[in-house]
Amino acid sequence: MPNNPSDLILVDQLSKYYRVANKQPGFKGTLKHFFDRKTYDVPAVTDISFKISPGEIVGFLGANGAGKTTLLKMMCGLIHPTTGLVDVGGFSPQRRQTAFLKEITLVMGQKQQLIWDLPPMDSLYVNAAVYGLSDHEAKVRINELAEMLELGEELTRPVRKLSLGQRMKSEILAALLHKPSVLFLDEPTLGLDVNAQARVRSFLSEYNKRTGATILLTSHYMADITALCPRVICIHKGKLFYDGDLDSLANSLSPSREVKVELKNPCASEKFEKYGEIQDLNDRFVCLLVSRDKLTNVVSNLLTDFDIIDLEISDPPIDQLIGELFIKGEVN
Amino acid sequence: MRIFGLSIKVIKTLLTTQYAYMLEYRIEIALWALSGVLPFIMFSLWSQNDVGNSFGLNDIGLARYFLSAFLVRQFSVVWVVFSFEEDSLSGRLSPYLLQPLHPLFRYVASHLAEQATRLPFAIAIAITFFILNPSSFWLPSIPQLFLAYLSTHFAFTIAFLLQSLVAALCFWTEKSSALERLIFVPYLFLSGLLVPLSAFPSNVLKVAMLTPFPYLINFPAKILSGMPVDIFNGFLAQILWISILVPSVNILWKLGVKRYTAMGA
Repeated sequence: MPNNPSDLILVDQLSKYYRVANKQPGFKGTLKHFFDRKTYDVPAVTDISFKISPGEIVGFLGANGAGKTTLLKMMCGLIHPTTGLVDVGGFSPQRRQTAFLKEITLVMGQKQQLIWDLPPMDSLYVNAAVYGLSDHEAKVRINELAEMLELGEELTRPVRKLSLGQRMKSEILAALLHKPSVLFLDEPTLGLDVNAQARVRSFLSEYNKRTGATILLTSHYMADITALCPRVICIHKGKLFYDGDLDSLANSLSPSREVKVELKNPCASEKFEKYGEIQDLNDRFVCLLVSRDKLTNVVSNLLTDFDIIDLEISDPPIDQLIGELFIKGEVN
Repeated sequence: MRIFGLSIKVIKTLLTTQYAYMLEYRIEIALWALSGVLPFIMFSLWSQNDVGNSFGLNDIGLARYFLSAFLVRQFSVVWVVFSFEEDSLSGRLSPYLLQPLHPLFRYVASHLAEQATRLPFAIAIAITFFILNPSSFWLPSIPQLFLAYLSTHFAFTIAFLLQSLVAALCFWTEKSSALERLIFVPYLFLSGLLVPLSAFPSNVLKVAMLTPFPYLINFPAKILSGMPVDIFNGFLAQILWISILVPSVNILWKLGVKRYTAMGA
């Protein structure tokens, strides 16, 4: 795969196999495991290729164990690939050169780098020193990020006394102190309540707009993906099976849209059969599933043929579509 | 100015932060200091049985040796295997590996900060020892104190590197604390913690001196207590062991990191 100078990240035929031991249950199995251990290679990522441009926000989707975190760990240089190539901004990540490490960061949900018994500020000053920031630079940067993350006196309270949301925001601050241009985020909103999730999301979106940083994100919360990632990469059993924009994925997953109608007067169900598949009919409320190519005509006819108070068109919930996708492991 | 590739600012920040962290645990550190009283137990055992003479030491010499062994142990104790294993299994190692600072420097800083926190407790224990054994009181000369300080730091460096070597095996076994026992047992018997090495038969002593263990307690403790000791060869051996262990740790670490799977991270 030739590398275009405009690409920031190039992943070419990347594979990672983990060697694991196989143990049978019971005493006999234990003895056999002790004296004659059998190991085999489990493919975590198989032959994956893609490119990412600077400033993109890309979401990695997949069920548990699909290989998305392994992929992220290879891209940030934490683990070595078994075969294939990763290039991030001209660096080979697994070599972990200082210039590369100063350009990236990794945030893992519910994993902490902050010192537990000290306030986050102490860890922040350690990070500032490690990344070679002057005291003035560190102060300005901490103030800027703290304002964006709505953190104040929490930074001077011991980490153990902070709520999960405050802790996660402090972790993000620590991870971004050195102004990285590539962010690897593995489940950054894991375990947070809805409000805290929304704040982290809006922060990441704002950070991307302000700095032009490239963000690679895995999350089990579809709200994270839909709010942040115009592009998604779907992985199933270690293999890439979709790389494109989220809207196209939703369209290909669901060729129909939901049309919800509120009528002035109740109507019999037979009257709606010619417009689409009836999902629900309750007194004056009707929900129809209409194919996208017929949508304009159907809506126009409904407005002409019935006395309508309200009409709403929506996609089926993306969580439901993606959930079905993970089970299938392919896009039609 | 840089020391071991680190700027003074990084060293200062790491040490002050780790010291602040250790102060949060001052009670635990006092207990750790108290738990290192094995040399005093050994002193009481040997002095009651009057076997000190066979070591070539009278009661006062024996008392001074074991107090020195206690003090050297206080400032050369290492637990990097356990910290590293915990960080590795909990996933905390992953962000450390992605920062432009070798993770082992964090452990060095935490050990040095802990030594500074231990200092007042160690002094208090030494004063108590002198109150209970007034005849054993002595004040080492300034050069003696300097050489003992230097050799204790070299002892700490050797112990740290030995444990780092075992800790790096965590990349293969994930439970390297079990392997630490392989070092601890010879350390216990050959370091001089249980008995001065002069008590060993000469052929055992010859073999022991080929290992790094006598230079961890016996050598610095002898300097501090004013016992006759071959200072030149002692320091030479310490420097030799450090020069062997530094590249060994470096190589094993580089090989291990390639195998790191960041499980649990």
